[in-house]
Amino acid sequence: MEAKLDFDRIERRAKARKRAFTAADYVFLTLWALMVLFPFYWMVLTSVKTYGSYNSEYIPRFFTLEPTAQNYLDAFTAVPLGRYFFNTIVFTVVTTGLMLLVIIPAAFAFARLEFKGKQIAFTLFLSLMMIPNELVVITNYVTITNWHMRNTFQGLILPSVTSVFYIYLLKENFEQIPDELYKAAKVDGTTDFEYLIRVMIPISKPTLVTITILKVIECWNSYIWPRLITDNPQYFLVSNGIQEIRENGFGRENIPAMMAAVVVISVPLIVLFLIFHKKIMAGVSRGGIKG
Amino acid sequence: MKVVLDHLTKRFPSRTKKGDDVIAVNDFCFEIPDGKLIGLLGPSGCGKSTTLNLICGLEPPTDGKIFFGEDDVTRLPPENRGVGLVFQNYALYPHLTVQENILFPLQNLKGENKLSKQDMLEKAMQAARLVQIEGLMERKPSELSGGQQQRVAIARALVKMPKVLLLDEPLSNLDARLRLQTREEIRRIQQETGITTIFVTHDQDEAMSISDMIVVMKDGIVQQIGAPQDVYDNPTNLFVATFLGTPPINVFDAKIKNGEICIGDRAVMPAPGIRDQDAVLGIRPEGFILDQNGPLEMKLNRVEVMGRDTSVVSTHPASRNAQVRSIISARNQVDKNAETVRFSLIPDKVKVFSVKGENAALWAGSLESGRAHEEE
Amino acid sequence: MKKNDLKAWLYLLPAILFLGIFMVYPLFDVLVYSLEEGYNSASQSYHGVGLYNYAYVLRDPYFLQAVRNTFLLVIITVPLSTGIALLISLGLNAIKPLRNLFQTIYFLPYVTNTLAVGLVFMILFKKTAYTDGLVNLMIQWFGGQSVDFIDGPYWAKMFVLCFYTIWVVMPFKVLILTSALASVNPEYYSAAKMDAAPRWRVFTKITLPMISPMIFYLVITGFIGAFKAYSDAIALFGTDLNAAGMNTIVGYVYDMLYGSSGGYPSFASAAALILFAIVLTITCINLLISKKHVHY
Repeated sequence: MEAKLDFDRIERRAKARKRAFTAADYVFLTLWALMVLFPFYWMVLTSVKTYGSYNSEYIPRFFTLEPTAQNYLDAFTAVPLGRYFFNTIVFTVVTTGLMLLVIIPAAFAFARLEFKGKQIAFTLFLSLMMIPNELVVITNYVTITNWHMRNTFQGLILPSVTSVFYIYLLKENFEQIPDELYKAAKVDGTTDFEYLIRVMIPISKPTLVTITILKVIECWNSYIWPRLITDNPQYFLVSNGIQEIRENGFGRENIPAMMAAVVVISVPLIVLFLIFHKKIMAGVSRGGIKG
Repeated sequence: MKVVLDHLTKRFPSRTKKGDDVIAVNDFCFEIPDGKLIGLLGPSGCGKSTTLNLICGLEPPTDGKIFFGEDDVTRLPPENRGVGLVFQNYALYPHLTVQENILFPLQNLKGENKLSKQDMLEKAMQAARLVQIEGLMERKPSELSGGQQQRVAIARALVKMPKVLLLDEPLSNLDARLRLQTREEIRRIQQETGITTIFVTHDQDEAMSISDMIVVMKDGIVQQIGAPQDVYDNPTNLFVATFLGTPPINVFDAKIKNGEICIGDRAVMPAPGIRDQDAVLGIRPEGFILDQNGPLEMKLNRVEVMGRDTSVVSTHPASRNAQVRSIISARNQVDKNAETVRFSLIPDKVKVFSVKGENAALWAGSLESGRAHEEE
Repeated sequence: MKKNDLKAWLYLLPAILFLGIFMVYPLFDVLVYSLEEGYNSASQSYHGVGLYNYAYVLRDPYFLQAVRNTFLLVIITVPLSTGIALLISLGLNAIKPLRNLFQTIYFLPYVTNTLAVGLVFMILFKKTAYTDGLVNLMIQWFGGQSVDFIDGPYWAKMFVLCFYTIWVVMPFKVLILTSALASVNPEYYSAAKMDAAPRWRVFTKITLPMISPMIFYLVITGFIGAFKAYSDAIALFGTDLNAAGMNTIVGYVYDMLYGSSGGYPSFASAAALILFAIVLTITCINLLISKKHVHY
């Protein structure tokens, strides 16, 4: 009987400890979730407070009973937010599109074609992955200036249309397509180019979608290059646009309107993320790239 | 340590919302005697691995109880049960050396059980010697062959002197030659330590060759428990009969008429004491005798000479298998060009099963013992 | 050259062209710039070759301030963010219900515009004539003294910068560590359970060694990323980081290149190369350490 009692105690203790641990775990995870979400909540909340009520709250309130859309109107009328938005969309779409046009043939050549100097060329490509952006930005700035492309879309776009990393990622993916398919296509008289378009690209679509999404995020959030290459607000993107709004924005410190602008430029990516969150997270963890 | 499974049941909730629960283990009752080697045998998905997980405590049973000796351990967490488990893929910690792997369980001991460093090393060495890997102590698992990894895993499970040793498919990752050698090894280790050992396998050869007792399972239900030869000779139903033995037993549709077993219209063997009915007949490949005047006539397909034995492959309209395979001594001369071949049967090797339900055995074939089961 | 070879190079041509102009050429050019003394960007002339640019940069108090800020940022945020990320991932790994929801929430900062959300952090921490800001309010709840985190003392500004940096880098680290933890074969945990290993021992003896390659990977990329900190600081303190005393090395490079203090590509190049040398050295040290400690 003694032994039995002992077993009961062991069992009860193990259960209680497990329960306490799980509870503490959930509390901890919830706290961090709040930490992550709170800035988003605060930004939306502030953006619907009126200018007057925001500035009269010495102690900020955690909710508002009279939400207003006025700040959103201001964001689009008092500052050229619409313009920044449009520029960013153009920049993002064109850059991403051009990048795909550049990296797909390159990845194809490395993955599928046999040619002299392939090994050396690929090694050189890989070594370029280690080059930090900061080193090359200086010369690119001078180059674009010399080409008189400051404050143009060309100047914004051209330096960002290649990515060694994405070529590498795509090449790895292309190589996983079995050789037999290529041989079968050759027997059927398909040219390399047709094979690329009709077989490899459709098969690699998941990877291409991932690359596209990641590049879109990168473009949407890029700040350093647009700031260097544009000083005419006509060509600002959202990142340097929001900075411009902050520094010379609404004529006075209009924080609710500023937050409205912040909400507007954050929403597209958040929507994109909510739709594709599985793909994006899988892509980032596979690519192992840092934002 | 005696292990008692008392009406042990494990139900898993269905994956789909509306589907029924999956019953992985259904009402398993068995008293495993102390110091025996038990083989849990069955096709994949029969619940044998789940049974193992229930015994070691990695999963809680839905119903029923487990006793180690007199102690009810049903709801005890695995770390307090004192069992050793060898995983199918060994689960050796890849970053630790062989010695560190074997020491690992000892270093977890607490309180009065705590050992000094010297004692631990001593015990680890003993375990290593038992499985004959004492020369590999400084290696990492990745530097070992599959068989050596297996031994390390066994040593790790044995080092804390478990009350019960459990092995999950211990031989499935080894190549054929190593498999034979390792199963002898498991037998030897079990006998040297005297620890009650249960191992799971889907390979009947493996289970038959080294176990003191085997448990045959199917769809979560225990079909038969007994000594290997006993189960082979007296299978309780058609499933057990077909599952044990290579080549497998030959199955025929048959009839019992006037105390005789008939295949087609021919009476092939007397079967006293069974009332007239349709039946399923199982004939072990070694149950055929080449006989010019034998009652069973079959169409000859081909003859395969295998040295010691000759395998005669033939067909018969009443056979449930596409081919009937019989194994006869190589001394017999078989005319390879003959159209037909005739056999008489060895009564011991013929099993009669009911056509209904689980095809329970009606008559185990042995005339002398007269083990005629009456139909319920 | 064979026809096939030519065709292959044709496929590569666009990539080679772009990389050549915007990556390979600049690499050599930046070296040249850094050695040209007294370069004038208007006349594109210089009056000597040597190490003067490096000497100038290394004596520039703004650069030294930037180096100090960057090192502080690196030393504080890399271990802290990796540690917290490990805790969070372990927490995530231990639960089943709500796990996906938490994971998705935690990843959210990854897709947000650093500049934009930085503004939210600024208003949370800033003290103005109208309000002390939410963070200060909370400090007062607990009986503390309010501080201006954006225009106030150095430690307060550094605190906000580190806080925001950690908030921004956490999604990536949590994601990587969660998938590393998930990929540890569960049999190891079952085995440890059978061996009665206590929770802490399972963590130090099994979990940690198993995911150590990923932890080192995160530390290395974390160092590289933190040394390149720039836009987080801009978001919090505005474009004139030198005035705020919160400049970073990368910020110094761009300030030298462009803006009110710009027009000195030579100094910028020298500073960028110094940064590159620092990052390279630290990465090499990291790799050496990881070779010693990551088994298998």
